[in-house]
Amino acid sequence: MWTLIAQIFPYAIAFTIPLLITSLGGLFSERSGVVNIGLEGLMVVGSFTGAIVIYTLQPIMSPDLAVWIGLLAAALAGGVFAILHAFASINLNANQVISGTAINMMAGALTVFLARNVTGSGNIPIVRGLLRRDVPILSEIPVIGRLFFTSTYATTWLVLAILLLGWYVIYKTSYGLRLRACGEHPHAADSAGVNVYKVRYIAVILSGAFSGLGGGILLVTIAGEFTGSVAGLGFLALAALIFGQWKPLGILGATAFFGLASTIANVSSVIPMLKVIPGVILKVFPYIVTLIALVAFSKSSQAPKAAGEPYEKGKR
Amino acid sequence: MKQSIMKKIPKELVVSLLAVVLGLIAGALFMLFTGNNPFAGYSYLIKGGTMSIERLGNTLATASPLILTGLSIAFAFKTGLFNIGAPGQVLFGGFCATAVALSVNAPKPLLLLLSVSAAALGGALWGSVPGFLKAKFNVHEVVSSIMMNWIAYWVVYYAIPAYFKGSFLETESRKIAHQASLRVDWLTKLFDGSYINLGLFIGIIAVFVVAFILNRTVLGYELKSVGFNRHAAEYAGISVNKNIILAMMISGALAGIGGAIIYTGNAANLQIGIVPTQGFDGIAVSLLGANTPIGVLASAIFFGLLYSGKGFMNAMTNIPPEIADTIIATIIYFAATSVLIERGLDKLKRKRRGN
Repeated sequence: MWTLIAQIFPYAIAFTIPLLITSLGGLFSERSGVVNIGLEGLMVVGSFTGAIVIYTLQPIMSPDLAVWIGLLAAALAGGVFAILHAFASINLNANQVISGTAINMMAGALTVFLARNVTGSGNIPIVRGLLRRDVPILSEIPVIGRLFFTSTYATTWLVLAILLLGWYVIYKTSYGLRLRACGEHPHAADSAGVNVYKVRYIAVILSGAFSGLGGGILLVTIAGEFTGSVAGLGFLALAALIFGQWKPLGILGATAFFGLASTIANVSSVIPMLKVIPGVILKVFPYIVTLIALVAFSKSSQAPKAAGEPYEKGKR
Repeated sequence: MKQSIMKKIPKELVVSLLAVVLGLIAGALFMLFTGNNPFAGYSYLIKGGTMSIERLGNTLATASPLILTGLSIAFAFKTGLFNIGAPGQVLFGGFCATAVALSVNAPKPLLLLLSVSAAALGGALWGSVPGFLKAKFNVHEVVSSIMMNWIAYWVVYYAIPAYFKGSFLETESRKIAHQASLRVDWLTKLFDGSYINLGLFIGIIAVFVVAFILNRTVLGYELKSVGFNRHAAEYAGISVNKNIILAMMISGALAGIGGAIIYTGNAANLQIGIVPTQGFDGIAVSLLGANTPIGVLASAIFFGLLYSGKGFMNAMTNIPPEIADTIIATIIYFAATSVLIERGLDKLKRKRRGN
């Protein structure tokens, strides 16, 4: 049992991290009052940009440096692409779900279109992703050291740091207060002198940057090549956001659950103890639990009240 | 004179057409940026979908499931619901149709009736879950439908190899018999061996049925009332919850029938591990068609043309086939930001009046 847990733990964490950072991006956007269903597409944009930068740079510089530059580029590209969604939903009062869907479709099509012009097949392989490393000293701690600090990706620590910072920004800074006010009652925020448009723009761009980073991390830790999709992880991140009730620690729990459940489903065929459970049950388990959780939380939903509502200055 | 003509054309049509034009211009720019000739690209794209009777048939066949999925999304939209679960409903409906086609032995008309009904039921079942959760627990239908998409994906992924395994490959079902296929000889002959099938007629009938339900029945009136203003509808004595569930079930049934057309008409078997993109494309079809049945028919045929012509264009030029999807996505972005187009039109009108 212990060896089993120790074996699947690194995989579960690796799967959780891209979900977590993307979900945190969604949290910023929705807390400001903009529903961002385009997380999936923004991850694809990040994965594509990361792949193309790393593909170009790895032959001419240290592979590790290239990976980090690629991740930075992925975050930037996600942020820039998210401006499309911000413009549509903040300036033009577009239906945010439709705009997000357009983002998803555009990202999926445009990136493969461009990738084909680079490699022909539309897939962009990277020579080498990120390497797993033990955290010095901490990995010597019994039990915890083995689970959390052995053979970890540096990106895991980066994302956890961003999560902590995100929590601080949302609950302890004036921008965070404004952000939450815009998501709950934009008119009140406006009359208190908050520039609703600016706050929402920053939040949506941040959500793009985080999703882009998520797509990039997926590329350098799990995928190893750009294939034109992120297999629905962006949508899963959206579900985790609701599952986690729009709270940073909540989404940490929700994404960790998805990471563990998916990993168990993926490795079940090689583990005798899990072999007895039909594969389909393990595969649909996370989605069924999400549905149940959605029902359970429906009475006490913490959803930002103004999420999805376009903000018009004159309207009262 | 000009003014009166301008007034007669509905604003939605102008906006949709402008979105298409802008999308095509964006597509041309992408071709240009990647070093290709957009004129050659577009002419091959159109030729690929229309230059022979067979290709014309394939274009219509590609459009057939899109008519159904477009109607599915449009129907839910009319009730104020966003049915992003169409891919799952297509898949599960198509799975039910395939299951009937592979296990029932009956005369062709009866068998087709059974398999298409099974698809409609399967789709309705898949749509009813988000509908029920929305009505009873106010769970947002977008997230619950996305979960249902994945559940459909995995259920079909395991059910096909377990019960309907193909003779060579683990990843697809057995081929259905001609007797169970929506393809009919006279249609295949008429279109020179194209894979066009009865799905086209099912699509056209569905357009009329949906238009009739929405515009001429009490049910349609109630559904639209719920879509316009849920609280006002409730106050007027309309059961909002019942209508939400019903709308999602009908929407799911339409998508499910689309699945029957895909897997027992256009194709002859069901491959696992693929999310049917026609479900997502239905969103685009519906939006471009301004959520009206006749608009859905027109935009489905337009998208059918783009999809069936892209292969030929790719063969004749260096332009990747994904340009078609890029154009469609751009059109949807412009349709979503139609306010921009409307503002532009208003400005134009004001300028004219000023002169």
